[in-house]
Amino acid sequence: MRQETRDGVLDVVAIRSDFPILEREVHGKRLVYLDNAATSQKPRQVIDALVRYYETYNANIHRAVHALGEEATAAYEEAREKVARFIGAPSSESVIFTRNTTEAINLVAYAWGRANVGEGDEIILTQMEHHSNLIPWQQLAAEKGATIRYIEITPEGTLELGNLSALFSPRTKLLAMPHVSNSLGTINPAEEIVAEASKRGVTTLVDGAQAMPHMPVDVQAVGADFYAFSAHKMLGPTGVGVLYARRELLEEMAPFLGGGEMILKVTFEGATWNDLPWKFEAGTPNIADVIAFGSAIDYLDALGMDNVRRHEIEVTTYALERLRALDDVTLYGPDDPEQRGGVVSFNFGDLHPHDVGTILDRHGVAIRAGHHCTQPLMRCLGVTGTARASFYIYNTQEEVDALIEGLKAARDFFN
Amino acid sequence: MSSEEYRRQESELDELYRDIIIDHYRNPRHRGHLTAPSASHEGLNPLCGDEVTVEVVVDGGTLAEIAYSGSGCSISQSAASMMTEAVAGKSVAETRRLIGDFTAMMRGEESVDAEALGDLEAMSGVRKFPVRIKCATLAWHTLAEALEEASAD
Repeated sequence: MRQETRDGVLDVVAIRSDFPILEREVHGKRLVYLDNAATSQKPRQVIDALVRYYETYNANIHRAVHALGEEATAAYEEAREKVARFIGAPSSESVIFTRNTTEAINLVAYAWGRANVGEGDEIILTQMEHHSNLIPWQQLAAEKGATIRYIEITPEGTLELGNLSALFSPRTKLLAMPHVSNSLGTINPAEEIVAEASKRGVTTLVDGAQAMPHMPVDVQAVGADFYAFSAHKMLGPTGVGVLYARRELLEEMAPFLGGGEMILKVTFEGATWNDLPWKFEAGTPNIADVIAFGSAIDYLDALGMDNVRRHEIEVTTYALERLRALDDVTLYGPDDPEQRGGVVSFNFGDLHPHDVGTILDRHGVAIRAGHHCTQPLMRCLGVTGTARASFYIYNTQEEVDALIEGLKAARDFFN
Repeated sequence: MSSEEYRRQESELDELYRDIIIDHYRNPRHRGHLTAPSASHEGLNPLCGDEVTVEVVVDGGTLAEIAYSGSGCSISQSAASMMTEAVAGKSVAETRRLIGDFTAMMRGEESVDAEALGDLEAMSGVRKFPVRIKCATLAWHTLAEALEEASAD
């Protein structure tokens, strides 16, 4: 890898040259990809790791006695070690590979939730939950007769924590929350909220899908019992999620899915479970994509997550300035770029976000338009949806300029 | 980008947002609520959050009154407005035929009678934007459901 940082500043030109897709054109314009909160693009290093696996050592893992199987197993488990180091997990036994963040949260809702939440119990969530950290708990609550209480949001798009302690009761079993809001960009004080829950003996889950790719995160410092995130939002392939969990909890929990790989001994009468983390990885896992995710971790490690964060603050600051200068823009989320991830949600005049998105697409600018899988939050904000630009390591101020030019074109088109 | 390419794209956008579509978006017809609907149905487009509610009064096999309400993009709302104008006062049988013709046009079927569609043909430009097709058909599917409910009573 070339030198992609200098004195803590990302060398965006060098970084961009690692991403083949950024060369392409869309509708005759250079692609300006500002939909990173949905998924990130992939560097050559990650794509190469996938190809290398399939071309040179494709084999099933943990069962073959042949050389390919040993190489594949070693590479798969090495990726787990990399993830464990990257997130500050005490050991790789606490790192379980799933399909995505949604599956990681569902694993907890089934394997932990079904055993620990009963009739009359309470679950605390926030009003800014992605559907993936809402629906599994609504399903659990409906099945068990439990109740969900919500931490409300302030007009600034932050969590209303003034009366947090009043939300807890002796029946509170779980608190689940997003580390960073995918719709508003708000960085929530996860450590503080988790600490409030933990001191009351409440189990905690943090949805880190929008945090882990964009800032330094140490799961032990956050302190949550469960922390979930996805590879594809942090330069890795689709189809890989991670559930970090405290080892004691994983040991108590029954398996989520049954099948091969997750067992120790099977008879016609029953079975005993494999050791951690394999107890929770039934069937042939997503070997290739996990290995390539290891290369994505290497890439981010080389950049340094502090530097990634600083770059995103710079681009976000510039985007907020330029959007505010368009007098008919409504911005959502905190004003201070230090308090938000690289996500900028907005509405533009009386134009619907989809219409804005279609015109921007014709200018090569890819943004997200809609409810961002946060319908209840959109109702809180009194909108049906927003336009959302979200940034990553390869985005530049010139790309923000392209967004602004596209918005001006949308205004001209509809007026 | 070549000037030819630029013109092609601009014309595709003009096809999507034809004047008549923008007109219905800015000046919606039959938008609101009926005092005593025989049926009312809410249609949702879960991918983008478009919402359209269609209310109808069916009287002696005729769609005597129709109104819509909701929120969403210009395509979803103007499609609802154009639909109400096209079907108000028509027989239920004619309306069902029109629902079939319109949704067939949006699927790109060749056999559609363009003449019967009249102004609704303006929506055909949406076909070049696949993700928006559901926006254009939402009100029509919702009307079909409302008619089902009305005939079930």
